[in-house]
Amino acid sequence: MSKYQGVDYYNLDDLLSEDEILVRNTVREFVDDNVLPVIERHYEAGTFSMELIPKMAGIGLFGPTLPQRYGCAELNNVAYGLMMQELERGDSGVRSFASVQSGLVMYPIFTFGTEQQKDQWLPKLASGEKIGCFGLTEPDFGSNPGGMITRAERKDGGFVLNGAKMWITNGTIADVAVVWAKLEGEIRGFLVEKGTKGFSAPEMKGKHSLRASVTSELVFQDCVIPETNLLPASGGLKSPLMCLTQARYGIAWGALGSAMACYDTALSYAKSRIQFGKPIAGFQMTQEKLVHMLTEITKGQLLCLQLGRLKDQGKAKFNQVSMAKRNNVYHALEIARMAREILGANGILNEYPVMRHAANLESVKTYEGTHEMHTLIIGEDITGIGAFV
Amino acid sequence: MKFAVCINHVPDTATKVHVGPDGKSIEKTGVNYVISPYDEYAVEAALRFKEKQSGEVIVLSWGGDAHKESLRKALAMGVDKAVLLKDDSTRDSFGVARALADYLRELAPDVILFGKQSVDYDDSAVGIMVAEMLGLPSAAVVVSMEITGGTAKADREIEGGHEVVEVQLPAVFTIQKGAYEPRYPSLKGIMAAKGKPIEERQPAPMEAKVETITMVKPPAKQAGKIVGTDVGAVPELVRLLHEEAKVI
Ligand SMILES: Cc1cc2nc3c(=O)[nH]c(=O)nc-3n(C[C@H](O)[C@H](O)[C@H](O)COP(=O)(O)OP(=O)(O)OC[C@H]3O[C@@H](n4cnc5c(N)ncnc54)[C@H](O)[C@@H]3O)c2cc1C
Ligand SMILES: Cc1cc2nc3c(=O)[nH]c(=O)nc-3n(C[C@H](O)[C@H](O)[C@H](O)COP(=O)(O)OP(=O)(O)OC[C@H]3O[C@@H](n4cnc5c(N)ncnc54)[C@H](O)[C@@H]3O)c2cc1C
Repeated sequence: MSKYQGVDYYNLDDLLSEDEILVRNTVREFVDDNVLPVIERHYEAGTFSMELIPKMAGIGLFGPTLPQRYGCAELNNVAYGLMMQELERGDSGVRSFASVQSGLVMYPIFTFGTEQQKDQWLPKLASGEKIGCFGLTEPDFGSNPGGMITRAERKDGGFVLNGAKMWITNGTIADVAVVWAKLEGEIRGFLVEKGTKGFSAPEMKGKHSLRASVTSELVFQDCVIPETNLLPASGGLKSPLMCLTQARYGIAWGALGSAMACYDTALSYAKSRIQFGKPIAGFQMTQEKLVHMLTEITKGQLLCLQLGRLKDQGKAKFNQVSMAKRNNVYHALEIARMAREILGANGILNEYPVMRHAANLESVKTYEGTHEMHTLIIGEDITGIGAFV
Repeated sequence: MKFAVCINHVPDTATKVHVGPDGKSIEKTGVNYVISPYDEYAVEAALRFKEKQSGEVIVLSWGGDAHKESLRKALAMGVDKAVLLKDDSTRDSFGVARALADYLRELAPDVILFGKQSVDYDDSAVGIMVAEMLGLPSAAVVVSMEITGGTAKADREIEGGHEVVEVQLPAVFTIQKGAYEPRYPSLKGIMAAKGKPIEERQPAPMEAKVETITMVKPPAKQAGKIVGTDVGAVPELVRLLHEEAKVI
């Protein structure tokens, strides 16, 4: 198979700077060399490729928008988005790892943490020496995290945590968990280190989606943490939602990567698969699918690019991030399914990436705010009427 | 120690190229350009020498503004300085070598590295021409090398084996795939490269010795033919390979 050349029907590269293109191409090559050769094996075994962590850290994929003093690259948001796009062309699980480490662990420590917390954690999270996870969702509170049950109580100059989190990416392999719990009725962020008494993080098994990513429960039973583990500037549901806005932004780009992988695979398959004496790409119905896929990818690219430029100017609103996440994941899943159809029976095999992407995108559609929640977020914004309850 | 690496900006070998309307150059739109892969090994080699024994790595390229993309990538990989010998004219190996040699004479590096060939026109000529123009020793098709003091030992690939040669520095080397698998530029390196200027120089006008008359693509491959699927097909296969394909 010839080397992947990206998808750019609208000459969008003309809107990117030299360094943005170089970031994208570097991550693209990294994925070709390090992710694609191992991903099917990990997907089938249901394991995350731990060897990828130092390699990803080596080129600076963790917390890349944060300041250089923590060992980060200080990329702009468009370059960061392109990096996520390319990672997810490899696999949504690999992108999820980077999203959690960067947007859900390093970002809250950077934004809500003390200088001491930042100095202690950020360089090690950037270098991949430490892994983080983000615990917001609970068994009974997913779309409605404000109702969370997990509690923190002050005791002897520290805090005692009780409760349980579920569906936590990287939980079992994490050295530090950013945990959201109610302290005197207000949601606050806490850092809980692996090995703390009363804290366990068993892995959840039986997933048919995001199989190359670790998903875990976090259980807190009279788990005592020092006072210095509170993220002091966090306060209210707004704090975890600010983190989610970061991660959702990356997901909007990431979904494009999955869609591009599926489109690219379907296009080349359709050109070479002969039925009824000609390539299936020569049938109108196949062309309609391919054109739809490419058009949706192109629209998604434009959404992301402008969103990234707005974010770099400090003008992006969280509702706009919702629109990009909602739209791009929805269409990526549709594109993955169409690619599967075009490949016929071959579409279900692990020889091609499309079924894996399609299965992964089912999770991506649900996590970081379900499709419906983003509809309600944008709906409330434009009508002024909340329709959540 | 001063290391100079000469790099070319060439179509990615994975992109399909087409001959342009003039019939003697390629159509540039829609083609991805990269550092010529052998030149990238040379950049990697220079960076490793620098890391081992300190020094400065300067990368240079002859060509139009588009070459800055490859120079920028080399900066992101960690080279210290990039120079564009800016010229938009049609290239000719002799003319390019002349322009590079003029600049290198002034720069006076201890080690000058090239890829063993540029994967566009495949002349395999520029590095060795530069050595001759500068009156320096050279070693071509080098898979790995060591530098100690003022001498370099280079392991060269030769037909059926290897040859180890020793030369006095300054000298010119052309690098073959081997010990110097290129690193990825890190995201930090890319951001650092953003701030480094690319120096532009005006080389003497291109002095071409060779003129391209036409450029053609190889004829399209014919569809394969299945002669049979069992042992019975072997005689017919042998006959076709002998009489039609004329390969045995
Ligand atoms: C693989 C994976 C990894 C994850 N990683 C993390 C992580 O690292 N950290 C973390 O905190 N969480 C994580 N999650 C959890 C994820 O964020 C939640 O699954 C998500 O928020 C949805 O919550 P839920 O599963 O409880 O679904 P529910 O909230 O129970 O929703 C079920 C369905 O009801 C719909 N619904 C709910 N309320 C309404 C309403 N008012 N109006 C209309 N429809 C509604 C939803 O849209 C959805 O379709 C992960 C999930 C998965 C699958
Ligand atoms: C799990 C599994 C079990 C199976 N079990 C059996 C079995 O027991 N026995 C058996 O005989 N087969 C079996 N099959 C094969 C199945 O019937 C074929 O996969 C199916 O007929 C499609 O053929 P194909 O996969 O070669 O796809 P193709 O025929 O190559 O089709 C690829 C795509 O091109 C489209 N296409 C093809 N021609 C045209 C056209 N003229 N116009 C528009 N679009 C076109 C198709 O709709 C499809 O989207 C099985 C398949 C699977 C996945």
